[in-house]
Amino acid sequence: MEKTKINITDEVAIHISDMNKWFGNFHVLRDINLEVRRGERIVVCGPSGSGKSTLIRCINRLEEHQKGSIIVDGTELTTDLKNIDKIRSEVGMVFQHFNLFPHLTTLENCTLAPMWVRETPEKEATEIAMEMLEKVKIPEQAHKYPGQLSGGQQQRVAIARSLCMKPRIMLFDEVTSALDPEMIKEVLDTMIQLAEEGMTMICVTHEMGFARQVADRVIFMDDGQIVEQNEPEEFFKNPQSDRTKLFLSQILGH
Amino acid sequence: MMTKIAFVRKKEIPPSAPPITEVGLIGWLRQNLFSSWLNSILTILSVYFIVIILWDFIPWAYGGHWNTKSLRECLDLDPDVACFSVLTARWKQLLFGLYPAEEYWRPTLTFIFLLLAIVPILFPKFFRFFWFSIIYPGLAVWLLWGGSFWSISIVYIGLTLGALFFLTLIRRYLKNYMIAAILAFLSTAVFFLFISNPLVGLLNVILPISLPFVESLKMGGFTLSLIVGVTGIVASFPIGILLALGRQSNLPVIKMICVGFIEFIRGVPLITLLFVASVLLNYFLPPGTNFDIVLRVVIMVTLFSAAYMAEVIRGGLAGLPLGQHEASASLGLTYWQSQRLIIMPQALKISIPGIVNTFIGLFKDTTLVSIISLRDPVGLASTIRADQKWNGIYWELYVAIGLMFFIFCWGMSQYSQYLERKLKTDK
Repeated sequence: MEKTKINITDEVAIHISDMNKWFGNFHVLRDINLEVRRGERIVVCGPSGSGKSTLIRCINRLEEHQKGSIIVDGTELTTDLKNIDKIRSEVGMVFQHFNLFPHLTTLENCTLAPMWVRETPEKEATEIAMEMLEKVKIPEQAHKYPGQLSGGQQQRVAIARSLCMKPRIMLFDEVTSALDPEMIKEVLDTMIQLAEEGMTMICVTHEMGFARQVADRVIFMDDGQIVEQNEPEEFFKNPQSDRTKLFLSQILGH
Repeated sequence: MMTKIAFVRKKEIPPSAPPITEVGLIGWLRQNLFSSWLNSILTILSVYFIVIILWDFIPWAYGGHWNTKSLRECLDLDPDVACFSVLTARWKQLLFGLYPAEEYWRPTLTFIFLLLAIVPILFPKFFRFFWFSIIYPGLAVWLLWGGSFWSISIVYIGLTLGALFFLTLIRRYLKNYMIAAILAFLSTAVFFLFISNPLVGLLNVILPISLPFVESLKMGGFTLSLIVGVTGIVASFPIGILLALGRQSNLPVIKMICVGFIEFIRGVPLITLLFVASVLLNYFLPPGTNFDIVLRVVIMVTLFSAAYMAEVIRGGLAGLPLGQHEASASLGLTYWQSQRLIIMPQALKISIPGIVNTFIGLFKDTTLVSIISLRDPVGLASTIRADQKWNGIYWELYVAIGLMFFIFCWGMSQYSQYLERKLKTDK
């Protein structure tokens, strides 16, 4: 398993400093400091409720942080709606439950955002969409509705839909957790392919095999804090903190 | 020896036909009408009740008189059958109210145009004729009320100019939608305040096209039901959508206004609102303003059903998973884009039964205008009965009125079922 590291650059893609977030009184993210460079592939793991999903949802402002700063591609996330829309159009996100638009065909799911947000002409948007659907290996499903596809196919369409916006950063939020075991591989393969092309990626996932194979850095979170981060080899071989050890023994132990 | 648990199938079992009691007519009867003792008893009882009702109704209706001069004459001929002669004598009134007889072609034409105008809205395949649906409201107003053709057209001219001005500003000079909208609004207002009247006068001199004026109190019968019902339906739909969105808004002031409006209107009987429209509104308006009674009623009916519509649509919005909002936001769609392209199409689809329910309710509620002495079909029934010749006739009139309403409401219901089937995308 040879990993390509040539893609990582010095350019900062995401800069998070001293970021805090509360849900009501619950302190869900505490003093998060994280710098992601362009081309870097990061896997975030941790027990459920540790704030890992909330962390990546803050990056495209699906959740609002209350303290500290998040700078994405040089633009700081503030209450300014224009900045938020701009960042969202450059940061793709794939969800656990796919969230495809059930009233539109696969192709329309993919062309909608480019046509309305980027004002790409329909013909061009369709070409891009077909290209992306081929990339995730389901061009033949272009005219079906999401309800007619399997879970794995839906998730690949969701990835294609994000890619159609030509994002510079991709966020994956437990994208294989809702899938039947035999469909996990086809989605992971798509993500691996994307990683090999040098996409900047942050993946919240429990797929440790995937983490080993593609991640440049593994981040372990617990209780809303980043507890440990390291290169995957080191992370799995020599976990430093007790919490990490416990977590790894629980998910790798069987 | 131990029992062997290993097993390998050597021969496939081919599919075979189901037993005869499960398919065909017999299967259907068994499954649907006689599946259990209780079900069988209910089936037999229902059939019994249907038979005894039809046993009396069919001879009554089928043998009915159509050509007598009065109810007395009917009763003398045969008191046990229907006296439909009242319909023969008064059908024009039931359809057109007190509309002048020589102008009956106008409401008739308006109705035919109505059927044409809704086709592009109901069936996307004819969407290229949508321009007619846009022209139709003005055309209908002109045909029904009459007066100068230009005083109606000027509204269209003014709005078109305003829209063109807005588009030009956006395309050529300004990036800011808000400022462009305000400028366009102001210039349209100036047009209507200062330019439109002289222009109409001028056009009337150059090319006088006009129809004899018919006042609102002459409107009646099904013409009135349709005027109030169709306008109410068309206008309450978008208002309902906005109210539903407003009720979910994050902005407290907008939310408060919408909640207040919805709760107030829903908490008040429609009759009360109609009384307000017919009597009270005149006290509040400056003296001398003549605010058309039909327009007042239409506004009240619209507001009333908009409040209901808002709640129905809110139900549809609540039925959507949060993920749909998040997915459209994560793609960079703005609030309005995501409402228009993602949220509303799905929410409205979920709400179709409720929306059509509200439409049908509104259409039937138009009969309440008889309370404020407008002459809709139900109001006319009393008027007709006041005539000595037809004094005492009930069934025949109400059956006919009921049938007319049923045709329209059933049509709406059928369309909604067609739409639900068509929009089904999960199979």
